Amino acid sequence: MIRYVASRLLGAAVMAVLATLVVFLIANTVPGDPVLAQLGDIAASNPETVREWRAKWGLDLPLWERYGLFLRGLLNGDLGTSIASQRPVLEDILQYAPATIELATIAFILALAAGIPLGIAAAVWRDSWVDAAARMVSLIGVSSPTFWLAFVMLALFYGGLQIAPGPGRLDPIAFPPPDVTGLFLVDSILAGDWEAFHDAAAHLVLPSIVLAAATIGLITRTTRAAMLEAMGQDYVRVSRSKGLPERFIVLRHILPNALIPVVTLGGLAFANLLAGAVMTETVFSWPGLGRYTFRSAAALDFPAIMGITLVVSVSTLLVNLLVDLSYALLDPRVRR
Amino acid sequence: MSGAGLALPAVPTRGQRAWRRYGLAGIGAAIVLGWLLVALLAPWIAPYDPDFVDVANRLRPPSAAHLLGTDALGRDCFSRLLWGSRVSLLAGFAVVLLGALFGTLVGMVAAYARGWVDEALMRLTDLVLCFPPIILALAIAAALGIGTTNTVIAMLVVWWPKFARLSRALALVQRGQEYVEAAVVLGLRPARILGRHIAPNAVGPLVVLVTLDVGNAIITFAGLSFLGLGVVPPTAEWGAMVAEGRELVEQWWVATFPGLAILTVVLGFNFLGDGLRDWLDPKARSR
Amino acid sequence: MTAPPVLEVPVLEVQDLRTVFLTDAGPVRAVDGVSFRLGAGETLGIVGESGSGKSVTALSLLRLLEEPARIVGGQMRFQGRDLLAMRPEELQALRGDRMAMVFQDPMTGLNPVIRILRQLTEHMVSHGHHTPAAAKHRAITLLGRMGITTPERTVTGFPHEFSGGMRQRVMLAMGFANDPALLVADEPTTALDVTIQAQILDLLRGLNRDFGTAILLISHDLGVIGSVCARVAVMYAGEVVEEAATEAVLADPRHPYAWALVNAVPRIDQPLGAERRLTSIEGAPPDALDLPTGCRFAPRCPFRIARCETQHPPLAEVAPGRLARCWVTQAGAVLPKPGGTGFAEPGAERVRPEAAAPLLSVRGLVKHFPLPRETLFSPRRVVHAVNGVDLEVARGETLGIVGESGCGKSTLARLITRIHTPTAGSIRFDGQEIAGASAAAIRPLRRRMQMVFQDPYASLNPRMRIGDTLAEPLVAHGLLRRGAEARERVAELLSTVGLNPAWAARFPHEFSGGQRQRISIARALALQPDLVVADEPISALDVNIQAQILNLMLNLQERFGLTYLFIAHDLAVVRHLCDRVMVLYLGQVMESARSADLFARPLHPYTRVLISAVPVPDVGAQRGRQRVVLQGEPPGTLVLPTGCPFRSRCPIARPVCETPPPLAEHTPGRWAACHFPGEFDPGSSQALPSAQARAESPA
Repeated sequence: MIRYVASRLLGAAVMAVLATLVVFLIANTVPGDPVLAQLGDIAASNPETVREWRAKWGLDLPLWERYGLFLRGLLNGDLGTSIASQRPVLEDILQYAPATIELATIAFILALAAGIPLGIAAAVWRDSWVDAAARMVSLIGVSSPTFWLAFVMLALFYGGLQIAPGPGRLDPIAFPPPDVTGLFLVDSILAGDWEAFHDAAAHLVLPSIVLAAATIGLITRTTRAAMLEAMGQDYVRVSRSKGLPERFIVLRHILPNALIPVVTLGGLAFANLLAGAVMTETVFSWPGLGRYTFRSAAALDFPAIMGITLVVSVSTLLVNLLVDLSYALLDPRVRR
Repeated sequence: MSGAGLALPAVPTRGQRAWRRYGLAGIGAAIVLGWLLVALLAPWIAPYDPDFVDVANRLRPPSAAHLLGTDALGRDCFSRLLWGSRVSLLAGFAVVLLGALFGTLVGMVAAYARGWVDEALMRLTDLVLCFPPIILALAIAAALGIGTTNTVIAMLVVWWPKFARLSRALALVQRGQEYVEAAVVLGLRPARILGRHIAPNAVGPLVVLVTLDVGNAIITFAGLSFLGLGVVPPTAEWGAMVAEGRELVEQWWVATFPGLAILTVVLGFNFLGDGLRDWLDPKARSR
Repeated sequence: MTAPPVLEVPVLEVQDLRTVFLTDAGPVRAVDGVSFRLGAGETLGIVGESGSGKSVTALSLLRLLEEPARIVGGQMRFQGRDLLAMRPEELQALRGDRMAMVFQDPMTGLNPVIRILRQLTEHMVSHGHHTPAAAKHRAITLLGRMGITTPERTVTGFPHEFSGGMRQRVMLAMGFANDPALLVADEPTTALDVTIQAQILDLLRGLNRDFGTAILLISHDLGVIGSVCARVAVMYAGEVVEEAATEAVLADPRHPYAWALVNAVPRIDQPLGAERRLTSIEGAPPDALDLPTGCRFAPRCPFRIARCETQHPPLAEVAPGRLARCWVTQAGAVLPKPGGTGFAEPGAERVRPEAAAPLLSVRGLVKHFPLPRETLFSPRRVVHAVNGVDLEVARGETLGIVGESGCGKSTLARLITRIHTPTAGSIRFDGQEIAGASAAAIRPLRRRMQMVFQDPYASLNPRMRIGDTLAEPLVAHGLLRRGAEARERVAELLSTVGLNPAWAARFPHEFSGGQRQRISIARALALQPDLVVADEPISALDVNIQAQILNLMLNLQERFGLTYLFIAHDLAVVRHLCDRVMVLYLGQVMESARSADLFARPLHPYTRVLISAVPVPDVGAQRGRQRVVLQGEPPGTLVLPTGCPFRSRCPIARPVCETPPPLAEHTPGRWAACHFPGEFDPGSSQALPSAQARAESPA
């Protein structure tokens, strides 16, 4: 098992290095000239300035040397400097990450808590109205554009019915809890500030539902299919022939098998949540990585976009590794 | 003969069975066909020029004159909605069909060549898959610059790997089938084996994925447009239209209807794909 | 729970059971009026071909049927209690307690993510007979009784750590967990190799004897039934057509279908006749949606009389204790002994002209399959499928290759036909070296070397009309053009293999398994080959269809002078069909000899064990026959054993076996890879030394 983890980590490291290469190539071989973007028209018309500027940023070096510099910077934790904020990209990312982590975690829990039982119910009462309803919920979930769903929820529950708080993580006039983790729910508990906790929780309701919508659909579908697959297996009939209660068979024999493919979905769900976060945070003015991504993209802030891409792809690799490891825990057949 | 539950149960009628089997796919096909017609006929059925600015009539609620109201520049939302279907459907189909074409080619070549070619192609696929698609597409789209074609190219870069994976897996399964081995023993040429024996039997799941994926691509493209990376203004496009209306909570119609349009067309593709999958799955079919 | 049953009350009494499948096309009567009774401690076998309703009967007994199957009539009493009147909770309390079931496929019958211990004990606890601790103790004891040598270790494992034979022992222990009064075993050995099958059947006999558990054994194989059950019921088209003592049915069947079943199988324990055609009945079982009004077997029956076509015969006594559903035998007629005109002398084999140069000659053939890496950096593991095989096939000869699953026989077939490329070694086909030749270089030779595959459902392209399937190779090799010419040849091919030429426009799914195998043979014949490699061509078929296909292959060989390489696991069939036989174990040749010699006096201990493990459909003969039940299972192919590959299971292994014995010529034409050829003969020395249990521990 340790051998397996070690070799997997090594593999992930190789992939991460290759990922930096991809990011680097995109940043350096795209048609747009960074000179123009950074210096502006007037300065760019002076060849001397341009040459100096290129030398300063190492742009006159061959591509592979520039990649070496890029890697060295990475090793020192330097992801470049954001054009828009004029701050190191890593600093920006660290500042915005907690808001996204909090939102995505709640959404993920919500998706699992809704999707798995719904999928189980749909499979157990296959072809009944429960199944049809679960199918509709999951199909509408995966078919709704997140950015639009966010708008509709906000317009309906905040603008129209006024039963939900507006955009943002807290009321505009409220003070955030003292910063420990950056996660408001955790920080407010640590500070014993129940008012802030309540406020932060209320602000999480709409965005987390919006963010979870597509993932709920995905998990419901997969759980249902995996349950049906497991129900058709011979060991289920064997369990019946042993006189075990039906409930016991579903929960103790079928479900553990059906959960295996659901876990492999984890990586996909993670990517889903990230994509959704860009949209959700934009609409809900959520000060997280997603909105940062959107703003960077809109401003063509290349260093920031590259930094985000890199951080996100490395975390995807880690999530996939975690998924494979938990897979090994659930399925004795892949254990070593 | 005693005990309950021994009587003949009600057998579902032919209609009920047909509905169970094809109903959803039928609805899906109808929705998709409807939107295709709209896209095709938009210039003739749209009541106004979608780009005609009429500031005097800005932000009018839905009425007989403007079925879905007008936006912040006084453009007719209904006409823009109809015209917007062209960009969305075209982009969705372009991304998925080109992505499927390229990905399938890569997957089939990998499966057929095996050895180091297979290894190299699959590592490349894994590499692209380790980036969350929308983030990488966003980065590339930003790098290439705004515009429908550039956005489609950016999406293509992240779109092909799933088709490469699936087609490789399908080809490998077929390769091991005895009838393919029989074709080898009969001395048929590789191109014929691939084209006449492997491809026709592997195509089903690919068709399902393509169908489901057009919806996906439409959502992603609209998302990139929403973020300002898709179409060049003032082109009418659903994602961009939602973006234009997203601050206008009072004027809900501006953002609501384009979103509903996306929802229905994607739902249509999902219904169709789900139905096709059930229909192609022999286990589901025998029931 | 229940009072001890009164002696007269049978364990199981089934009266006129009717089970239907509610399909779109209408109700299919899968079990149609089946009756039998089974006393305490008795054994009853149910035999029939696929679709005869035998498995549905088993599932009906435990009321385990799933939609769209329904019991629509009849009575089933278990220890006097009406099974059909039971509420779900009562059934649940009965299942796995008084009445247990063992299913066919041990590989899928155990839950892969749950430890063996919990699967063995959960129903002991849920039925309230044992505390968890007592259940664990009992589970370990039971596994030991099932012949597992390290039960304490086994219970802590997961199913995938064990072989099929081991898992079937676990399934049996599961069945016996609550000491049931009745065990229903549905084809419990069908998925297992012949040596493992012998072990499991031995076990079943012992369990019946020691625990007094009544056993209802379902099988397609009369040999299997004959080695366990005292009585047998023969099923056909949802009905019991004959029921009697097993011995009586085997010696003197009273229903023509039972007669066909008994005689369709070549017998390993009887001398070979000069006539090699097997007794086969033509046709297929009736469409369950449209059953004949008269006797359901009448359309295929060689003995039918006018009455059979119109009146449905009842199951009636034809002799004391013997029931048959046949107008002919009920009228007192006796069914004749089949085909062969007496027994020929040993050695009265077909004499084949030995050609000067062999058609096929293989030297030192090796194939290793590297497994995909589990991670980017883990070492590659290699499956050693074929490890140095030599063989020669003369023109017009039939060489049989036998061995258990995993012995490399199918890989060998695919190497010779160059579906796979050998890792090392030489293959000369009619003097031409093809082992390393490119695909293009082999293509012209393909015409002369064809293959018939095992699975009739997988070996035809489901999306091609069979006419196109048959014409394709002819057109591809430029032998004829599409159109009338091709159509004519296709029609000719179809009639050659006994199919209607008008069926060329049909798709494979419109045919039965046997018909598909005929199409597969026609496809192989299309190019008029010299050599046909047949990889288990009949093992997926019912015995009657097996006989038809074997007869067809014999006819075609005579007509076209074909040379066969016949790969099989069924020794009786190989003995019947082949001139020479080669025994494979772990990808190596153990023994090769003329068929008659090999079966008369095997030189290699493995060959002897293999022959002795074949269940023989005759209780009397079985008793006289010396049976050797080999312990353990073949080692895996990832790491090859050193020395003699068979030594870990060999009853006469000695220290010298640590050096690999060469394949040496013992007497002319008789080759064996053993240091002590011919020495293992349990007929003379009764002792079967120390049970070799090494291979039993988890891999």
